[in-house]
Amino acid sequence: MRVSLTVNGKDRADEVEPRLLLVHYLRDVLGLTGTNIGCDTSSCGACTVLVDGESVKSCTMLAVQAEGTEVSTIEGLASDGVLHPLQEAFREHHGLQCGYCTPGMVMAASSLLAEHPHPSEAEVRVGLEGNLCRCTGYHNIVKAVLSAVAP
Amino acid sequence: MTATEAPRKGVLGQRLVRREDPELLTGEARFVADLKVSGTLHLALVRSPMAHARLASVDVSPALEVPGVVAAYSGADLEGEWAGPLPCAWPVTDDMRQPAHLPLAAREVCYVGDAVAVVVAESEYAARDGAEAVLVDYDPLPVVVDLEEAAADRALAHEELGTNTSYVWELKPDEAAVEAAFASAAHVVSGRYVQQRLIPSAMEPRGVLVVPQPFGGEFTVYSATQIPHILKVMLAVTTGISETSLRVIAPSVGGGFGSKLNVYAEEVLALTLARMLKRPVRWIETRSEATQATIQGRGQIQEIELAADERGRIQAVRVRLLADMGAYLQLVTPGVPLLGAFLYSGVYDVPAYSLSCRSVFTNLTPTDAYRGAGRPEATYAIERAVDLLARRVGVDPAEIRRRNYIRPEQFPYSSVAGLVYDSGAYEAALDKALQLAGYEELRAEQARRREAGERHQLGIGVSSYMEMCGLAPSRVLASLNYSAGGWEAATVRILPTGKVQVVTGTAPHGQGHETSWSMIAADRLGISPDDVEVLHSDTAIAPYGLDTYGSRSLSVGGVAVAIATDRVIDKARQIAAHQLEIAPEDLDYGGGEFRAKGSPERSMALGAVAFEAFTAHDLPEGLEPNLEASSHFDPPNFTFPFGTHVCVVEIDTETGGVGLASYVAVDDCGNQVNPLIVEGQVHGGITQGIAQALFEKASYDDQGNLLTSTFMDYLVPAASELPSFVTGSTVTPSPTNVLGVKGVGEAGTIGSAPAVINAVVDALSTYGVEDIEMPATPERVWRAIEQGRRP
Ligand code: FES
Ligand code: FES
Repeated sequence: MRVSLTVNGKDRADEVEPRLLLVHYLRDVLGLTGTNIGCDTSSCGACTVLVDGESVKSCTMLAVQAEGTEVSTIEGLASDGVLHPLQEAFREHHGLQCGYCTPGMVMAASSLLAEHPHPSEAEVRVGLEGNLCRCTGYHNIVKAVLSAVAP
Repeated sequence: MTATEAPRKGVLGQRLVRREDPELLTGEARFVADLKVSGTLHLALVRSPMAHARLASVDVSPALEVPGVVAAYSGADLEGEWAGPLPCAWPVTDDMRQPAHLPLAAREVCYVGDAVAVVVAESEYAARDGAEAVLVDYDPLPVVVDLEEAAADRALAHEELGTNTSYVWELKPDEAAVEAAFASAAHVVSGRYVQQRLIPSAMEPRGVLVVPQPFGGEFTVYSATQIPHILKVMLAVTTGISETSLRVIAPSVGGGFGSKLNVYAEEVLALTLARMLKRPVRWIETRSEATQATIQGRGQIQEIELAADERGRIQAVRVRLLADMGAYLQLVTPGVPLLGAFLYSGVYDVPAYSLSCRSVFTNLTPTDAYRGAGRPEATYAIERAVDLLARRVGVDPAEIRRRNYIRPEQFPYSSVAGLVYDSGAYEAALDKALQLAGYEELRAEQARRREAGERHQLGIGVSSYMEMCGLAPSRVLASLNYSAGGWEAATVRILPTGKVQVVTGTAPHGQGHETSWSMIAADRLGISPDDVEVLHSDTAIAPYGLDTYGSRSLSVGGVAVAIATDRVIDKARQIAAHQLEIAPEDLDYGGGEFRAKGSPERSMALGAVAFEAFTAHDLPEGLEPNLEASSHFDPPNFTFPFGTHVCVVEIDTETGGVGLASYVAVDDCGNQVNPLIVEGQVHGGITQGIAQALFEKASYDDQGNLLTSTFMDYLVPAASELPSFVTGSTVTPSPTNVLGVKGVGEAGTIGSAPAVINAVVDALSTYGVEDIEMPATPERVWRAIEQGRRP
């Protein structure tokens, strides 16, 4: 089947197997390996990307279902060699250790902030509930997200 | 800034952001699953659905019919390929029993997930389809799941061993003293604690990619491992491939916590198949596989007794352990209980000690090191028992600890179990933790709620821990029958441009060694950490190393970096002295520059010295060119970090729900290289301890089927289930290394589970509850309350 969509602002059109998951399309077809896979039950959020601005676990969606959408992955966040403020905040506050959950976490956080520009700590914690991190205990992730809130 | 510019003082102790981060934050980092090599074959394993069975037949031929499948083998097909079994490096006793453990089972499967066949295909999907097509006939055998039943040998996990006991190990320095202490004790308390099995759950599952050079005869093994160096040696031993033909690289690795401190069947299989098929072979673990085929942690039943005098001063500790090895002995499986066996006296001045450990096989996934490995178990038992003692004696949990702490003037302290603790100031950490927590006010609030009979009751839990880490003095390891040393290697080079290269034998997977090691070298050289690059995790770059586990990286590997840096400076001093025509001892070094004592205008920058060393045009007689030095540091002792954690829980007495109201941790890991990283380690560590206390348990049915094989049933905590932490520290440098550092990777996990459960039990004490099993789920808490409410 053919799928056409926009990924990180670039138009893409590819012939794909109907059963191909969006995450595999991004990783294996487009070579965008920043989006990680951490589970097989849609529980970990490592694969989180934005589809038309909404955060989506890309392992729960078929590539063909993304037809006509705009997909953003972690690779599209920094521009011209400059980290996005949210990425900068994660670095500043040591919001990552091994970094495996990080791309999904950052994408989930960016969609959270887009929806709730001024979240409380509790809202951040609930908002990131679908993204597991085994390294940080979330403390510094939450701190990073709160610090990235627009003034 | 280069080495020749302005001096910089005191890099150590700064909260430097990590150099590792940008590539991880942008998706640029490469984990094993991200590596693409054309022509790669994908591997899938057929795993046993039965916990114990004889293999009546394994027919791989249907798999070969599946489009894309290239080859398929049963365990019997590959039996001739192995030069040795999967390794266990820690035969703790000379008579330890050990079942044969091959990468693919050939005759018998011994746990659900044991691999019986392997399928290799052009794509991952085809490999999985092929694996599903393989036909296996199993003749069921009796299954042993329960630890105490295993110890009773009612059914055998391995019939050929004749018993489930792998070994019995004892630490009984003076039994008569222990008996006398119990005979004359004013108070005796005892506890029986179950350390449930835990699934390590690093967010990156395991994975391996082997790229052969069919004509060169070389193999590059990329593995999501904590131990590229150890893995290389072990792969040589298991496959018979010469060590000189193997290169192991750990690319970005997404967490380990001990689960990647192993030599796994899939690594050996991928290498063997790449050799047989002369093509790259790749295997990426799924999460459902990870919960069954990656080692699990804990799995112990502990019985502990304390004998104490009138005032609650502990006179003796007696411990009996039953430890679950699982179905096979992996790399350090049998050694895990030993890592805790010396620590059941905790932070207390205890005169008499007795411990025995029986380790048994079950038909479950093998256990092995998981964050803390033996030490969280030990700390849990003593800290729970000490709380019980406080209750018997009728004093506050903080007070009972004060009465028993080893006092600062007693260090270095020779423990009854035979260790020498390097340094400690236990009461200072307690004081700080109580103050940060607002302990007095909390107790008052607790009393108020109790008085008022409120629905939400407070529980306050204190735990003081100490642990031995920085694995390890090689001679001590020898005395424990471990088959390797505990040293670590580092090389420091000053490049011709004055930039610095540090090569380390440690293998970080989230700990930020690149940042910290650059700080250590930069601090000593008086230059910017930005001018120091750190190379690691590739056996072609760092030929010697013993990798990362057991909170050893800084206190062994980081110290090696410091020593090698000092050696480089010594060599540079000779060259600078020669150039400046002055005696080496008349030169001061600082800020990247040598200066003549008394006439600082006679100076030479390190970069200039490096260039002289590189050109070698005019070096002192007999001195070799280039500015490079190495260290292989074998620590004289373990390091002993410590601290006190205070956990406050709020329990809904209607539902049994446990909420974490606050969590305070005061940890002392000696001097801190980078407090930002130290705090991160503490946060993550605490969370894994909380997870054991409240959420996680690998649950099995009586046939050995894992009931928690996905993140839907195995409850790795999310952000919404945790509070922010309050962390503080005290600094008691270790006198055993030049940096004065101690390990911190496991400390949080070691201190936290008992703090949480002490808090839960404290909240429930008004219902007569004295213990609750981990994880303290709402159901367990609710039942405990209901039982207490009954007249
Ligand atoms: S990979 Fe875990 S939710 Fe998608
Ligand atoms: S940083 Fe390792 S899983 Fe989040």
